[in-house]
Amino acid sequence: MLRLPRFDVQEPASVAEALEALARHGDRAKVIAGGTDLLPNLKHRLAAPAVLVSLARLDELKAVRVEADGTLVLGAMVSLDAAGAHAEVLRRAPALALAARQVSGPQLRRMGTVGGNVLLDTRCRYINQTHFWRKALGFCLKKDGTVCHVVSGGSRCVAAASNDTAPALLTLGASLSLRRADGERTVKVEDFFHADGTANTRLAPGELLVAVRVPAQRAGHRGAYVKLRSRESIDFPQLGVAARVDVEGGAVVDADVALVALQARPVRLKGVADLLRGRREGEAALETAIEQAGARAYQQCHPMPNVPGDHEYRHEMVPVYVRRALKAALGSA
Amino acid sequence: MAARDKHGSGPPHGGAFSVIGQPARKPDGLAKATGEALYTDDLALPGMLHAKTLRSTVPHARLKRVDVSRARALPGVLAVITGADLPEKYGVIPWTQDETALAVDKVRFIGDPVAAVAAVDEDTAVDALELIEVEYEPLHAFLDPREALSRAEPRIHEDKKDNVTKHVRLEFGDVDGGLAKADVVVEGEYSFQGTTHAAIEPHCAVARVSGDGLLTVWSSTQITHYLHRALAKVLGLPEARIRVVQPALGGAFGGKSDPFSLEFCVAKLALLTGRPVKMLWTREEVFYSHRGRHPMQMKYRTGATKDGKLTSVDAKILIDGGAYTSFGLVTTYYAGQLLTGPYDFPAYRFDSTRVFTNKPPCGPKRGHGSVQPRFAFEVQLDEVAEKLALDPIEIRRKNYQGAFTTTVNGQRITSSGFGQCLDAVEKASHWKARHGRLPFGHGLGVAGSMYISGTNYPVYPNELPQAGIQLKVDRSGLITVFTGGNDIGQGSNTVVRAIVAEELGVELDAVRVVAADTDLCPVDLGAYSSRVTFMVGNACIDACRKMRAQVTQALAEKWGVEPSRVALVKGEALEAGGEERRLPVREAFQLAEARFDTLGATGSYNTPKLGGDYRGGTIGASPAYSFTAHVAEVVVDLETGRVSPERIWVAHDCGRALNPVIVAGQMEGSAYMGAAEAVLEEHQIDHRGLVVGPNLLDYPIPTSLDTPELHSLIVESVDPEGPYGAKEAGEGPLHPAIPAIANAVFDAVGIRLRELPLTPARVLKALKEKRARDDAAGLKVAGGK
Repeated sequence: MLRLPRFDVQEPASVAEALEALARHGDRAKVIAGGTDLLPNLKHRLAAPAVLVSLARLDELKAVRVEADGTLVLGAMVSLDAAGAHAEVLRRAPALALAARQVSGPQLRRMGTVGGNVLLDTRCRYINQTHFWRKALGFCLKKDGTVCHVVSGGSRCVAAASNDTAPALLTLGASLSLRRADGERTVKVEDFFHADGTANTRLAPGELLVAVRVPAQRAGHRGAYVKLRSRESIDFPQLGVAARVDVEGGAVVDADVALVALQARPVRLKGVADLLRGRREGEAALETAIEQAGARAYQQCHPMPNVPGDHEYRHEMVPVYVRRALKAALGSA
Repeated sequence: MAARDKHGSGPPHGGAFSVIGQPARKPDGLAKATGEALYTDDLALPGMLHAKTLRSTVPHARLKRVDVSRARALPGVLAVITGADLPEKYGVIPWTQDETALAVDKVRFIGDPVAAVAAVDEDTAVDALELIEVEYEPLHAFLDPREALSRAEPRIHEDKKDNVTKHVRLEFGDVDGGLAKADVVVEGEYSFQGTTHAAIEPHCAVARVSGDGLLTVWSSTQITHYLHRALAKVLGLPEARIRVVQPALGGAFGGKSDPFSLEFCVAKLALLTGRPVKMLWTREEVFYSHRGRHPMQMKYRTGATKDGKLTSVDAKILIDGGAYTSFGLVTTYYAGQLLTGPYDFPAYRFDSTRVFTNKPPCGPKRGHGSVQPRFAFEVQLDEVAEKLALDPIEIRRKNYQGAFTTTVNGQRITSSGFGQCLDAVEKASHWKARHGRLPFGHGLGVAGSMYISGTNYPVYPNELPQAGIQLKVDRSGLITVFTGGNDIGQGSNTVVRAIVAEELGVELDAVRVVAADTDLCPVDLGAYSSRVTFMVGNACIDACRKMRAQVTQALAEKWGVEPSRVALVKGEALEAGGEERRLPVREAFQLAEARFDTLGATGSYNTPKLGGDYRGGTIGASPAYSFTAHVAEVVVDLETGRVSPERIWVAHDCGRALNPVIVAGQMEGSAYMGAAEAVLEEHQIDHRGLVVGPNLLDYPIPTSLDTPELHSLIVESVDPEGPYGAKEAGEGPLHPAIPAIANAVFDAVGIRLRELPLTPARVLKALKEKRARDDAAGLKVAGGK
């Protein structure tokens, strides 16, 4: 079995204590929630923190609640399993529930958390390997090396955002509550990620993701998440597509599509709302608009040979999965 | 020498079987399910050290310098060894020994072992590896088997004249004439990708040297006896000073049937340090040690008459062997020799070449050597049927060679239930009503196969029994049976227990099986070639009949009746007819012990002389062959190209099902594994020589959600050679899975895929090409078939 590096574990009893520990240890520390992403990465020697600050005892981060204005708030430590099964999540943010249900397999969803999935490190066929394997490869930009094996001559890491929940949150207009010792800020998910595979979030040093906030959706909100992978379970996305379609009086009033596992950040498909708006359910024009959305996605999205799966095939699957996501969303009413 | 023939295929006492044929639970099932079973890695001995292996980071190079001084100086490190410490070559086949425990002079693939460290704990050993300095002088790396075939320099093994492991060309009958007179000839190229076993337990070995100098090695091996011999050779110790034990084992599938580097390293490190040493490989290391199914590039030509009778089959096969020979000599023969049933080939030629490449070494995986050619041929046979507008089951029926016959390459076939296998899958799948008639995207496919029940070719030539059994019968009523057979999860200990219980008339829990311990058990050659149930089973009956004769004679003398009137059944000794006396069987054992002395018996088995009268004619010769037919039902997603095997009906002729639950388990496990190789798995090596994703996330084995519904249909032909008529069930049932799925894809969407695995990308590409062809021909694809 691969060995973990040696580290200390601290188990603060409150968010304040956790922030204090993070401040104290600086970049020698890493946060551990469910550990399903972090521990394999440590075994692969992608990081060597001296201290892990565990959030396991922070019960205040384990609740799902609905605020007076209808905002759905998921604590960062809500398990993916709980999020996927929660009645309010299913009702108010079906795409998020479906995404949570498609992360990995049942055991890891019980350990893995919503916050952990949002902050999942980017993935690449050349990085999520053992130290020995990466050494034989000659290492790469993201860790220990200077070259990119995905883009020849590339100077920016293109490891892919592989978090299933991120595109769902994008379509839902969600925000993240980030707490520091001196306060809290709220960042929209669409502003949180950027296209650098070595570090694709704007989480500041010493900052803790405490909650995911999904604003109240329209009355006719519908959503879905579909995922391309080799198997029906376990695998990370080779492509993930979330869709939101708001339908009022039988007509689409707004729509949004976001994708993951393409590049270092989840991406929003441009112009979907314009294509679908005003189209009525059951009419051919809606079908046509969905086809057009797929075609547009094919033009906008260019999978790279970063995550497993033939990238040309993944490109061909972009329109298929965009159509499937939209149809699944429409059918979810 | 014991052979099966004298014991017949019925129960020992006439009448009906009381244990055989019953679905009894495995004796180790509960312990495995509860975690109580002790695997090699569960062993923790006082003072035990932990060892790790340093591996090559380059695919092909001369070793210029290996400096272990800094590693040796690390506190907590007790020993570091390199190739110089274990220079003796080994290999499972005596005349192709080309491996050393650690690299000597050269490394031949990324992952080839270079040095090993023993330290107080694993972390220290890992740290020490980083301190070993290795200087490589890179050599050209062969990653394409075609290049290895055409280019002799640099040689991967310098004592060979080129990079060819083995070339075999055999011809039977008039092949060219048969093709010339055929009404239809189908030609095609097929390729198999290479897959690995992915047994859930990684390899592990523990060694200990006791004060009196006895070396004990516990290992997750399926070949205790061959490992025993190899350890003696490499370590330069007499076999009598070495004991090899196989603890509970978490799957093997052929991946543990070579001696491996770690077994020699722990032994050497234990000898050097005087302390017990354990080495547990990581999953990645298992991917490097590999011995998985060989990639093959196969060209086939099949000729047939208008009415579908085969006239001739011609094959040319290039086998990518990886860096070492392993069983490669046998693989090269099996690729051709095992195709000559269940169909009658009037003429057959194969030209099979295995080459070395700078990749992890290939070896035997469930259905060794014959799964790849079976894929190619069964797909080609479907193409012949298509050309002749024959039903795919019908063409197989028409060419079925029948039972008690001889194949074109001189293999003796005894029982064969292949016809019943075809009938069974045809009926269960509602083939006649559904084949060719399902909606576009849904299809059914069929394939058949044959496999050996052991081979009459032991890997080292000798006149000794291939399987031995020793029985100890205690006055308490307990019977202990000692077998060298390796239970690797296939249930061989369960079979031994059932045979003893049947023969000596005791309940199952009155039999203890002690297995795979070279100090305690008589030799068995190991769990490979589907030989254990067949050979150990026969040896077991042989031993039991000797013991039974003593017990029945003692009772017969007491009761004053003929021994034939005494039956031992379910814990009782009975007099059949007459006064119908009865006695607990325990008391019968005591009578026999009083009459004959302490009770014990041995039994053994050796194959009859078999095989064609030509060089290589014994390779692939088996005392009995199993037969299988599959029908697979698939759904092809027309948008994504994904092939989902939905159902597989597996009909398998296992001679007699000694325990139908275990037979069905083997059939299901085989079909599962085959289906995975058809649509998912690929042991891929990139242009650098690196295994692509050597872990179980990147190498996807099917989850329960990806597994088709499996229907096992057991066919019993009762073979004259097998124990109670039994034949193998562990490997044969895999073969048809892959071609049946490929043939079902053709039925579903009209595309022929000749390259494995059937990935969504390949399927989608073929669908597009077909649409383009159909459009060009003015047809509409979606309109039906």
